[in-house]
Amino acid sequence: MSLAKPMVAERLERPVSSRGHSMQIRGLSAYYGAKKAVDGITMDIPANHITALIGPSGCGKSTVIRCLNRMHEVVRGARAEGEVLLDGENIYGPGIDPVQVRRLIGMVFQKPNPFPMMSVYDNVIAGLKLNGRLDKREADAIVERSLRQAALWDEVKDKLQASGAALSGGQQQRLCIARTLAVEPEVILMDEPASALDPISTLKIEDLMQELRERYTIVVVTHNMQQAARVSDFTAFMLAGDDRVGRLVEVGPTDEMFTRPTEKRTEDYITGRFG
Amino acid sequence: MSAELLGQSRGSSHQGDSLFERSILSLAFVPVGLLLLLVALLWYDAWPALARYGVRFFTTNTWDPVFENFGAAAFIYGTVITSLLGLVIATPLAIGAALFLAAYAPEWLQGPVAFTIELLAAIPSIIYGLWGFFVLAPLMRSTVEPFLKETLGAIPILGALFSGPTIGKDLLTAGLILAIMILPTITSISREVIRSVPDNQREGMLGLGATRFEMIRYAVLPYARPGLIGAAILGLARALGETMAVTMVIGNSSTRITPSLFTPGYTLASVIANQFTEADKEIYFSAIVALSLVLLLVSLVLNVMARVLVARTTRGPLGVRN
Amino acid sequence: MEASTVISLTLGKTDTSLKRRKLVDQIFTILVVLSALIGVAILALLLFYIILRGAPALNVAFFTERPLPYGEPGGGVAPAILGTLQMLAVAALLGIPIGLGTGIYLVEFGHGRFAEAIRFTVDLIAGLPSISVGVFVWSLIVRHVIGNFAGLAGAIALAIIMVPIVARTAEEMLRLVPDTLREASLALGVSRRRTILNVVLPTARTGLVTGTVLALARAGGETAPLLLTALGNQFFNFDLLQPMAALPIQIYNYAVGPYEDWHTKAWGASLVLIGVIATLSLLTRWATSRSSFKAR
Repeated sequence: MSLAKPMVAERLERPVSSRGHSMQIRGLSAYYGAKKAVDGITMDIPANHITALIGPSGCGKSTVIRCLNRMHEVVRGARAEGEVLLDGENIYGPGIDPVQVRRLIGMVFQKPNPFPMMSVYDNVIAGLKLNGRLDKREADAIVERSLRQAALWDEVKDKLQASGAALSGGQQQRLCIARTLAVEPEVILMDEPASALDPISTLKIEDLMQELRERYTIVVVTHNMQQAARVSDFTAFMLAGDDRVGRLVEVGPTDEMFTRPTEKRTEDYITGRFG
Repeated sequence: MSAELLGQSRGSSHQGDSLFERSILSLAFVPVGLLLLLVALLWYDAWPALARYGVRFFTTNTWDPVFENFGAAAFIYGTVITSLLGLVIATPLAIGAALFLAAYAPEWLQGPVAFTIELLAAIPSIIYGLWGFFVLAPLMRSTVEPFLKETLGAIPILGALFSGPTIGKDLLTAGLILAIMILPTITSISREVIRSVPDNQREGMLGLGATRFEMIRYAVLPYARPGLIGAAILGLARALGETMAVTMVIGNSSTRITPSLFTPGYTLASVIANQFTEADKEIYFSAIVALSLVLLLVSLVLNVMARVLVARTTRGPLGVRN
Repeated sequence: MEASTVISLTLGKTDTSLKRRKLVDQIFTILVVLSALIGVAILALLLFYIILRGAPALNVAFFTERPLPYGEPGGGVAPAILGTLQMLAVAALLGIPIGLGTGIYLVEFGHGRFAEAIRFTVDLIAGLPSISVGVFVWSLIVRHVIGNFAGLAGAIALAIIMVPIVARTAEEMLRLVPDTLREASLALGVSRRRTILNVVLPTARTGLVTGTVLALARAGGETAPLLLTALGNQFFNFDLLQPMAALPIQIYNYAVGPYEDWHTKAWGASLVLIGVIATLSLLTRWATSRSSFKAR
């Protein structure tokens, strides 16, 4: 079907759980007003793996990830063309509600953005509460489960009623991950989740991603190549041309990308010759 | 920023510089001196009345220049009722309009609507008064008030607000004209406050699968709350001190305090405007200045509160790492 | 394919409450649009009445003649227009230097608590009820200095109202002037005074003029403080030490008077006043949108 497919098959070392959901990007272009930011991206995002998007700043990697749950169009004047499939269904198809898309494809942002007027507890169930009243016992269970999954429970179990903004930066980001996990999405998108954090917090987030891979399909944007090499199974390299429009250079298993990239430009970037 | 930057060059300043700086400094001092003088002078002029009547000045509602009995309770009541009425009507509408400008309107519509609101704020009080006097008050008398009396007037307790003859120039009409006048004030500050809510708050909520309403309800409004309260307080302060428009529609005739909003009344400001030039003796004059002092102090306090609240929202990152 | 685990976006697991949530969202959207519409409708309604009732009053005599005594039809509001212009001119002479000086101080010299206090004071003056300003000027100027109601007292009251508007817009506009410009000038050995007067102020010129014009527009519509200071006058008066007519006072006196002809004149005077204010607002808006440094 696509270029990436055979390589996916090669890399399938772990059995894919029946829970996983894959995504396919087909000819995706994104615009800010009249300006094209990303052109013709086509790639696969396999289930239960971590796919990293790397590239120099301005290459459109954040724009691409924001297109994957229709957050891109939230920006005034921004729009996207092409198809993004979740289990074969186009999330840009007619009659598809972006609200529903975002419920199924969660997102963790570059800067931790807990809701400062809510407690830690309320931050976690913020998404769930949108669907109506929650049973107290059920809510307690979800809060504990989500915070445990986000490796934050032990640190905050005694201050669940404190403001979400009272936590440290790294804790805030894990709170945001817990908040995303609580609504039980199918796919988790992470837009440079550790770029605003210290090295120890970064390590914690990276460990967390490894655990989450068992249950979720993860896409992560990072400007840090070491991070991509450490955490991801697949890596996609993007680059903006002289026209400042981002394009996909190549995508493949992370090991191969970092040891023997097929494209000269990828090699140049990875070896630090530009970027 | 610039001040620090320029401060480094101070050593090498030319001769004219210190004279220039001193004259600028003295100009900048004028507002401070002005405000102090204003408060001091009003206090001085109001003192004879305050000393003579004491607490009675605020608790009684007899206003009798002939026998020199002055109690401002009815005016304070009229001011509070009309201002609160204006606030209650205007605030939801203003926040709605601010949300429209900050979150709903397509880009091409934002400019014209914002300009309309700005223009509403720029229209002089006297013109609102003229319109209220000739258009709103007759409409209230003939249509709105009889309707309210028939519908809401029948409800126990609440009905007391809508009882008595429908005159058209009364507390209700004054409250309504105040609502119209403070609408642009609250709208434009609310818009700034709502705009200052970081995008990552909106996106965080949308990313959880929230609708636009839910994003506003759970992310934007809680974050903006102190600033929105500040905007409302600034509106209230403006309503308290508003003079001409209120004077023209409030009736200026009664010092009774009754629950009905159909009662013609006075506000502090409208008494001052109406009776100032009539004050023929020192104590009468002093009593009127005392009204002005009360108005001044209340509006200063409200302004301070409001500015602190607005600044807290638009400046402070509230612990979120931005 | 993983057909067995395909999840449907259109009929997802959380779909049950989504319809209700969407409905709430739509209702709220309607409410928000309605709120904005009400604001626009109020302005439309005001303008409609002012034009409808005011236009018949406008003729040459309206702009050139003085008001006639009770009951006599005809006459105009020329003394009021002249009075407003005279008082605004004097108010501008008093208020603009103070406002501008305060703005310059806050941006170019002020720092720390002291500047904060001045900024705060300016905000408080902006929030003063205008009637209190009138009482103050009456007590100080009318009673103690001049001894009677006078145009000069009115001008001083208007100047007090202008100061905070000029100061705050001046501060905002001067802050938009890039520091690099100041540095460049100072680096050439130009004194601070020359830098501010010859580089900073000219760069911010458009914005400064805008603030001044806005302040004039606001002061020109003030009524309450003038009632206590300038009082009003039916005759032409060029003596600032005597009671002086003003357009807003004339509107008030005509409106509360008993004659239909006066009412029409009140609407006519309002039309003139609002026409001037709307024109000034549009002009300043046009000017600021064109000013180059604001666009960066």
